[in-house]
Amino acid sequence: MEHSAGNLIEKETAPGNRAGRTLFDKIWTIHQAAEINSETDLILIDRVLLHERTGAIALKSLAAAGREVLAPSQVFVTMDHVVDTLPGRTDATSMPTGTDFIVATREFATRAGITLFDLGDPDQGIGHVISPELGIVLPGTTLVCPDSHTCSQGALGALAWGIGSTAAEHALATSTLRVKRPRTMRITIDSVLAAGVTAKDLALYLLHRFGSAGGAGHIVEYAGTAVTALDVEARLTLCNMATEFGAFSAIIAPDDKVFAFLKGRPYAPGDADWAAAIASWKELRSDEDATFDAEHRIDAAEVTPMVTWGISPQQAVPLDASIPHFADVAARDPRELYDRALAYMDLAPAKPMIGLPIDAAFIGSCTNSRISDLRRAAKILAGRKIAPGVTAICVPGSTRVREQAQDEGLDQIFLDAGFEWRESGCSMCFYAGGESFGHRQRVISSTNRNFESRQGPETRTHLASPETVAASAVMGAIADPRGFA
Amino acid sequence: MEPFTTLTAIAAPLLRDNIDTDAIIPSREMRSVTKTGLADGLFAGWRYSGVSSREPDPDFILNDPRFAPARILLSGANFGCGSSREHAVWALAEFGFRAIIAESFNPIFRGNCVNNGIVPVELGCDAIARIAASLGHWPANQQVTVDLQRCTVSTAQSDLWQFQIDDEAQEMLLGGMDAIELTLTRRDAIDRARAADRLRRPWIYLEQGREDSAKEQITN
Repeated sequence: MEHSAGNLIEKETAPGNRAGRTLFDKIWTIHQAAEINSETDLILIDRVLLHERTGAIALKSLAAAGREVLAPSQVFVTMDHVVDTLPGRTDATSMPTGTDFIVATREFATRAGITLFDLGDPDQGIGHVISPELGIVLPGTTLVCPDSHTCSQGALGALAWGIGSTAAEHALATSTLRVKRPRTMRITIDSVLAAGVTAKDLALYLLHRFGSAGGAGHIVEYAGTAVTALDVEARLTLCNMATEFGAFSAIIAPDDKVFAFLKGRPYAPGDADWAAAIASWKELRSDEDATFDAEHRIDAAEVTPMVTWGISPQQAVPLDASIPHFADVAARDPRELYDRALAYMDLAPAKPMIGLPIDAAFIGSCTNSRISDLRRAAKILAGRKIAPGVTAICVPGSTRVREQAQDEGLDQIFLDAGFEWRESGCSMCFYAGGESFGHRQRVISSTNRNFESRQGPETRTHLASPETVAASAVMGAIADPRGFA
Repeated sequence: MEPFTTLTAIAAPLLRDNIDTDAIIPSREMRSVTKTGLADGLFAGWRYSGVSSREPDPDFILNDPRFAPARILLSGANFGCGSSREHAVWALAEFGFRAIIAESFNPIFRGNCVNNGIVPVELGCDAIARIAASLGHWPANQQVTVDLQRCTVSTAQSDLWQFQIDDEAQEMLLGGMDAIELTLTRRDAIDRARAADRLRRPWIYLEQGREDSAKEQITN
C-alpha cells in the first residue's frame, strides 16, 4: 500500500524501550492471562457479542462439541442481520432461509443461558448500536463479536474487534482469545471540522488518503482536537470504518463525554461501583511520552464532505470533485481495480459527482443509524419531498433509537418527505438473497461498504453521510447537503 | 483439523487487490446454519454468468479446466477484506484450497484461515507476479510448493521464496491443532486471572439475573 501521501513516520521501537505506555498497552496489560509466546498472549475477554448471522453457527458448533459457555452473564446476542425491517415483522424473513438463523439463535442462546435481545424486545437492534446504548461496552473492556464492524465500539475506549465464528467459540468456551499483539498507530486530527463536515466524511477522507489497507496490522488510536470535539455517536461512526481501513481495530481515549454517556445505562456500573470505575477509566489514555509504531497527522480543516465513486471504500472523493483519472489515483488503485470500478459503476473519468442521478437512498447501518444521524438527516428533509422515482428508506439502528425518534416526531418528517420508516436491523446494508435494491440501481447510502453486489444484484453503491443521502434523495441526484441549511 | 506440512499443487492466479469476503462468498449463498454446502457459492458473482444463474462464466479462472484442480490460490493485496464471515474460508476449504498466497491479508480473514487449516502465505508483489507468469500451459509448470516447516514457496522453475508467519499460526497449522482444546489446558491460569481482575474491576463481572433488574430499570 502506498504511504507516501500520508506523512507516515515509521519508528523502530522495541517494546522494552518504551518510556510511556499507549492506551492500547494499558488495556492489553490488564487482560493478559498468560503468555503464549513472545508475540502472542492469552487475553481475557470481558464481553462477547453475537448476532444471528454468524453467532448461531458459533453457538451450535460449541454445543455440538459438548462445550459450555464459561461466563454466560458476559455474553449478549441480538437479532439484526437477516431479520426483516418492514413494520409488523415476524420470524418470517424475505431472505429465503433467514428464519432458520433466527430460530437456531433463539434455541442455542436459551440453552446457553446468555442474554438475548430478540425480535419484539425493546432493546433489540444492531449490535454495535445497542451495545453502547445499553452500557455493555465500557472503557477498558475487551469486547469481541463475529462481525467486522465491532471496531466501532473502540469509540468508548474499549479494545473491541471483529473475529470469525471459530474464534467466537473460543471466546465463549474460555473467556479468552489467543491474540498476536498488533502494532500501534496514532492518527492525530488537529484543528476543527468545518460546519457540515461529519465523522463519516472524516472516515471516508482517511480511506481516500491512506487506502483500504492503510491501517493494516495496527490498532489505530484516533486523537487530537477534532476527535475529542466529536460526540460519542460521531466517534462510533469514525471508529466503525476502521475495518475498511484494514486495521485490527480503532480506539479513542475515554473522556467525560463517554462517562456521561454511560451513566445510568442498564449494564454500566451501578452507583456502588461508579466512582471506582471512573477512577480506573481516567487512567485510560496514552502517556505524553508514549511512542507508536506509526503516526499520522491530519488537519481537520482539509476535510470536506466525501462520497465514494467506485467499488472499494478507498475510492472516495470530495463531494464537489469529479471522478478521478487513473493518473490521479495510480499511487493507490491498481489499474485492474480502477477499470473494474468504472465499468461496474457505469461511470467515466472527469464526470462530476454532484448531479449524478440516483435511483435509491438508504439511511441506516451500524455506521450511521443513531439518533443524532437521524436528527441531522431529518433537518434536511423537513418540509421537503424526495424526488419522484427515488426509493428512500430509513432504518433506525435500534428499537430504542426508533422510539426516541418517534417521540421527537422525526418519523413523520421522514414519512412526509417520502421515506419508508422501518423497524431496526441491518436491513439493506447488505443483500442476503431477500430484499434488495434492484439490478444495477444506483444507491446513495449511509452504510460502510460499496463492494460489488453488496446491496443487491449488481447494485451501484455510493457511500456518504446521512446528510448527503437526505439531500441527494430530495434532488434525485447526488447533492451537497450544505446548500440545504 | 488436518495438519499441514508441505503441499505441492496447482496454483490458480486471481490477481486482484482488495478481494472482499462478499466476493468470496456472497451473503445470498450462506443459506443454512452450517459450515458446509458453501463450495458451490464460492466466488458466485464472478464464477457464474448471471446473477441467479449457475452457468459457468468461461472467463473466470476457476472455470478453466487447467486450473479446476487448484489447491493454491494466488492473489493481490488486502485479500479477504470486508465482512468477518468465516463462510468465506469454509467455502475456499470445501472447494479444495489449502493455501492462499497473497501480498497481504485482512486480519480477521487471516485468523479464520489459521482456524481452518488454510495457510495464509504473504509474499511481495514481484514474487507473486513471477509465480503467476510461470503458470504456463503445461500442467507441470502449474505446480507450486508451499513448505510450512521451512516457510518457503517454490515453483517448478526452481524459484524459491521465503515467507514469514508468526509462531502461533505456524504451530497451529503444522499440528492441525484445536485452539480451544489447547487453551483449556490453561484453565487454571484463566481462573486466576479472572479472580484477580474481579477484585480490580468488579463491574465487569455481571451477575446472572442482572438482566431482569436491568429490564425493570428500562420499563420504569
